[in-house]
Amino acid sequence: MREQSKYLEGVDKKDLFASGHRACGGCGQALAARLVADAAGENTIACVATGCLEVFSAPYPDPSWRIPFLHSLFENAAAVASGVDAAYKALKKGPVNIIAQGGDGSTADIGFQSISGMFERGHNVLYVCYDNEAYMNTGVQRSSFTPYGARTSTTPTGNTTRKKNMPMLAADHGIPYVATATVDDFRDLQLKIRKALTIEGPKYIHILAPCPLGWGHPGDLTVEICRLAKDTGLFPIYEIIDGKVTNVRKIPVKVPVAEYLKPQGRFKHLFKRGVPSEEVDAIQEIANQNIERFNL
Amino acid sequence: MLKQIEGSYAVAHVVAQCRPNVISAYPITPQTHIVEGLADIVGAGQLDAEFVNVESEFSAASVVLGASAAGARAYTATSSQGVLLMSEVIYCIAGMRLPIVLTCANRAISAPLSIWNDQQDSMAVRDAGWIQLYAEDNQEASDLHIQAFKIAEQTFLPVMVCMDGFILTHAYEPVDLPEQKEVDDFLPTFKPRHIVDPRWPRGIGLFADPRFYMETRYILHRALEKSEETIKEVSSEFAKAFGRESGGFIKTYKLEEADVVVVSMGSVVGTIKDLIDQLEEEGKKVGLLQICSYRPFPRKEVYRALKDKMNIVVLEKCISLGRGGILASDVRWSFPRAEKKDRDISSFVAGLGGRNISIDDLRYMVEKVEKEPVEFEFLGLKTELIAERDM
Repeated sequence: MREQSKYLEGVDKKDLFASGHRACGGCGQALAARLVADAAGENTIACVATGCLEVFSAPYPDPSWRIPFLHSLFENAAAVASGVDAAYKALKKGPVNIIAQGGDGSTADIGFQSISGMFERGHNVLYVCYDNEAYMNTGVQRSSFTPYGARTSTTPTGNTTRKKNMPMLAADHGIPYVATATVDDFRDLQLKIRKALTIEGPKYIHILAPCPLGWGHPGDLTVEICRLAKDTGLFPIYEIIDGKVTNVRKIPVKVPVAEYLKPQGRFKHLFKRGVPSEEVDAIQEIANQNIERFNL
Repeated sequence: MLKQIEGSYAVAHVVAQCRPNVISAYPITPQTHIVEGLADIVGAGQLDAEFVNVESEFSAASVVLGASAAGARAYTATSSQGVLLMSEVIYCIAGMRLPIVLTCANRAISAPLSIWNDQQDSMAVRDAGWIQLYAEDNQEASDLHIQAFKIAEQTFLPVMVCMDGFILTHAYEPVDLPEQKEVDDFLPTFKPRHIVDPRWPRGIGLFADPRFYMETRYILHRALEKSEETIKEVSSEFAKAFGRESGGFIKTYKLEEADVVVVSMGSVVGTIKDLIDQLEEEGKKVGLLQICSYRPFPRKEVYRALKDKMNIVVLEKCISLGRGGILASDVRWSFPRAEKKDRDISSFVAGLGGRNISIDDLRYMVEKVEKEPVEFEFLGLKTELIAERDM
């Protein structure tokens, strides 16, 4: 047997989200979903929103899930999970890990209300958002998680608004646990999943999950892009426990945002003949604000 | 036990006796008293259930979907815009074969805003794959709920019990409320078929590509058609257990001798029966065919009941705008093509947005179709409020 690299030490690998699914090569969401399922373990019910994840992992008759999987619609994963939670309480079954999962569209936009309701009612549900910053399943249209400057099929000249700050919105519901993570740090991501599942009540974990197709980068750069997102300050890594921001990941060596933007086709228009446009400065300013706000 | 009780509280009482595990609802007039009643019962510790107060009807339907998929007996109630907001989930619940029971306190649809009764809301989701039962009065509304859970859990089809908003939900009538033991004896414990449970990992709600989708719709359609037997069986079991007729497919009143037959559903049949009695005294033979199960549609029963009747008038509280009567086209479809000829099937829409349907309105309708068939007419329309330029 091949010796496990140090990088994978402490990482659960149970293949509860099996190979053979239909995600693109380098899909951040597929990697994240697998890490989430393996960290949560067998005693878990996945309530998945319509979207890429559902489409590439749950075609009849070949689903990839080795844990119970429940899907109905795009905007109701959190409400369906609330129902599962209510049923388990009423039938005096469990304990069980209930994980609602969706992409950024089903989290930030169309499903926002049902997530807010689930948080506010205090269901014992972990909501995991796989953030790939646009509607990838329908062909890379803008969502309210699409970052400033990014080109999508409905923002052909670049997005003009800033990304909705979902972790803070989640935390402001007064829920006990919120965390951010990326798919380059398996151990950190799985630690946060395991930690969240020990806490009673609603939890929210926001995972940056690059989409090679939508972001326009080679599939083998998915992990590297995540590192750059963290080291530029564009995607801060932290936890919010009982309303307090904590365990903020310090950036070892700060990287200019241009390093993050350049490998991605969606930002290519911001560099005419290699020269950064004004928008790049504006994106650097967003990173600087994050660095200051979270003391990264 | 006969009790003078508001329709909504009677329904809340019997729904609680059916011991749902999960109840989820969002308030909308005129459904509110039903869920308030249930909240009181749960709050008083008389029913061990999770009562989930949600932020929308969309989530109410989604919560009962999730609860049912996890093996719970689940119940919700709504009206009007709530039905429309739920409609995406309503289709999904049927497609997923989840035996959920929903009360629709029938109310008009916006715009203009109207909180008053008609049946446009439930009719808007008639093709979603749910069994739809329409109550005549509060006794039947209560009885249908007990039957609905049994029908749903035997067929794995969701059941919508439709009762006219205000006219039934807010009316005080004597209702024979059953004892808990009677309901327990009639309604067995829910045995779910497929559930999400880590002990038996399975996927519920996978997507189907063109190789598989169409068969799922065929199966659902056939299951609805086949539910006819269950609806009839449960109705006759109910009559045996509780000593009164309720529900079933169709009901008739003075139909055999009738020269004119009125076809309708919901609470208006009470007024129609009064008119039939009045006209009988005047020497006129008018009968009633009442649709109790609208979906599945009792095509054979309707044909059997009406095959010798040449003058039929359909009265309904809903409309397919740009087309006309909805129930009327279902009734017309019930006859083989050859037998449609020379048969008069008139179509009237009435009572939209709570407009009262008086016995005089109904008399006008019957007298009019006695003279000549009416292709389509709004009954009780105030022509003085209508200007040609608005149309």
